Amino acid sequence: MSKAAEIDIVSVSKIYGATTAVEDISLKIPAGTYCCLLGPSGCGKTSTLRMIAGHETISSGDVRLGNTVVTDLPPARRGTAMMFQSYALFPHLDLVDNVAFSLKMKGVGKEERRAKALDMLKLMQMEAYAGRRPAQLSGGQQQRVALARALITDPEALLLDEPLSALDPFLKIRMRAELKKLQTSLGITFVHVTHSQEEAMALADLIVVMNDGRIEQAAHPRTIFERPATAFVARFMGDHNVVSGRVSGSRDGMVVFNVPGGASLAASGQGRAVGEPIDIAIRTDHVRIGEAPATGLGFTGVASNVEYRGSTVKLSVNGAGIEDFTVIVDDTSFFAKPVAVGDAVPIAWDAEDAIVLGRLDS
Amino acid sequence: MTVALEQSTHVESAKPARRSLSLGAIAPYLQATPLALILGAFLLLPILMIAVVSFWDYDFAAMYPDFLTTNYVDTLGSWVTWKTYLNTLKYAGIVWALTLFIGFWVAYFLAFHIRTTVMQMVLFLVCTVPFLTSNIIRMISWIPVLGRNGLVNSTLVQIGLIPKPIEWLLYSEFAVVLAMVHLYTLFMVTPIFNTLMRIDKSLVEAARDAGASGWQILWNVIFPLAKPGMAIGTIFVVTLVMADFSTVQVMSGGQSASVALMMKNQMSLLQYPAAAANAVVLLVLVLLMVASILRIVDIRKEL
Repeated sequence: MSKAAEIDIVSVSKIYGATTAVEDISLKIPAGTYCCLLGPSGCGKTSTLRMIAGHETISSGDVRLGNTVVTDLPPARRGTAMMFQSYALFPHLDLVDNVAFSLKMKGVGKEERRAKALDMLKLMQMEAYAGRRPAQLSGGQQQRVALARALITDPEALLLDEPLSALDPFLKIRMRAELKKLQTSLGITFVHVTHSQEEAMALADLIVVMNDGRIEQAAHPRTIFERPATAFVARFMGDHNVVSGRVSGSRDGMVVFNVPGGASLAASGQGRAVGEPIDIAIRTDHVRIGEAPATGLGFTGVASNVEYRGSTVKLSVNGAGIEDFTVIVDDTSFFAKPVAVGDAVPIAWDAEDAIVLGRLDS
Repeated sequence: MTVALEQSTHVESAKPARRSLSLGAIAPYLQATPLALILGAFLLLPILMIAVVSFWDYDFAAMYPDFLTTNYVDTLGSWVTWKTYLNTLKYAGIVWALTLFIGFWVAYFLAFHIRTTVMQMVLFLVCTVPFLTSNIIRMISWIPVLGRNGLVNSTLVQIGLIPKPIEWLLYSEFAVVLAMVHLYTLFMVTPIFNTLMRIDKSLVEAARDAGASGWQILWNVIFPLAKPGMAIGTIFVVTLVMADFSTVQVMSGGQSASVALMMKNQMSLLQYPAAAANAVVLLVLVLLMVASILRIVDIRKEL
């Protein structure tokens, strides 16, 4: 059961009539990886998953699973199994027959397939409910049955379409721990579509951030969070301030740029041509209240909102042409020197915390 | 002490109960009254009257209140009745099988092969267009098609496929079944279409993901899930065919009989009690059929 397949997506596009859902994406998912396709709704992540599964035709490009090109194969012959968003359990069949469905389609005898299905249900700790119908189960139980049904085909890759979206917040966290444990024990490739960055960070070995049918960044969660590649990734992952401006020059190995109608800031990164647009990201929790260590690593603004959050305090600051700059300060340092709405606040960060973001050429 | 405690709780609980009796307890009955009155006056009362009259005596001119079982003895003891019932059941069986087959495929096509909802609704409305004219008109319109010198016969003769017109096209059991299928198929299409529309399309994908072929999906997923719709359609068609007399009379040209036609003839001879006894027997038979359909298929989730 520990066979896993590498999934190789080679310049795949999906075009529906006049709209392009997925535009020429290429992605290698190493064998045995937990990969999360992350993005807002309509970004093409589900289309990508469905193309890997074979439920959507591929307009152009190829998908390889292991050593086989599966582009034109039907879903069942790809070695993948899909778990659907609403689980899509057959309402007229009991759990055993639901799980045994694919074996029945293959013509496996009744006793044998029911025994195998029961084993699978045992693995998911659902054997006590074997005789029930899906409607008699809770959301979490339905998910386990859906997993059992998908895994009985012994797939090389499991494709999950927003598997946790139908669950309540508490169950979501529990089931996602179960998913991670299952993936580790099975060792097969998981591809999981989600729009929750928290879910992706918690589960994935590889996060693929998608937007407008294209991949913005594909990397380990830590890389995605600490070094977002584009302004979209920084904004979507949250906890980053994105500041835009135009390059005015460079100094001490840093790019200097002007924010329209405001300050001149600096950020570490490769030199760029003067006049070019530039975006930088600054982690909200790496910003502090105080004077800048060097010119261009801070500005002074007016506090427009103060939110107490227990261990931290969230400040919103406007000024120097920057709107709604978020500062997260820990409570002790905030209350040592409190700030009220309307106060002028000096804000600063370190050179390595200002990251120059790339742009996808369009 | 326990007795005292019980008594006191009794007294306490009795008070709010009496108050609710004056208002809350009567309200549901009041709400149910209009429907109960209508059903009582227009359904239960007539059936009761039929049941009562079925025990009366009669001669060529009048009916006499009585309690006789002769009407039932006559009805059930006559081989004509049995033959007519068998004939009606035969029609019901054939028409049911044909409408189920045609109805399922029409509904399946509408639900799964028409992509847009608008087109689905347009085509479904097209199916109901014949209902803008009366049953009789739709039935009679078959006569110029099937008749001795009708469209079908004259075309076939002109092509040279047959030397002389086919006689059994009209005024035959074939014509009766054809007209009934034409009249009643939509009663099968509608409930099946309704159930098929409720099938989650991801179930079909899940089945395909599990390696099911088109026929396997149809047989293992769609068919079982369409059963409630088929049951409702079956009830419609069976009860309609069992009670039909005009189609049988017109399309068979009087050469075939049905139970309802037999009743109609009895009534035209003023044998009302005999017809009433017949009606009670038919009612019991149809109710038994409906009950057995409901036993086989659970239609509750459909209602």
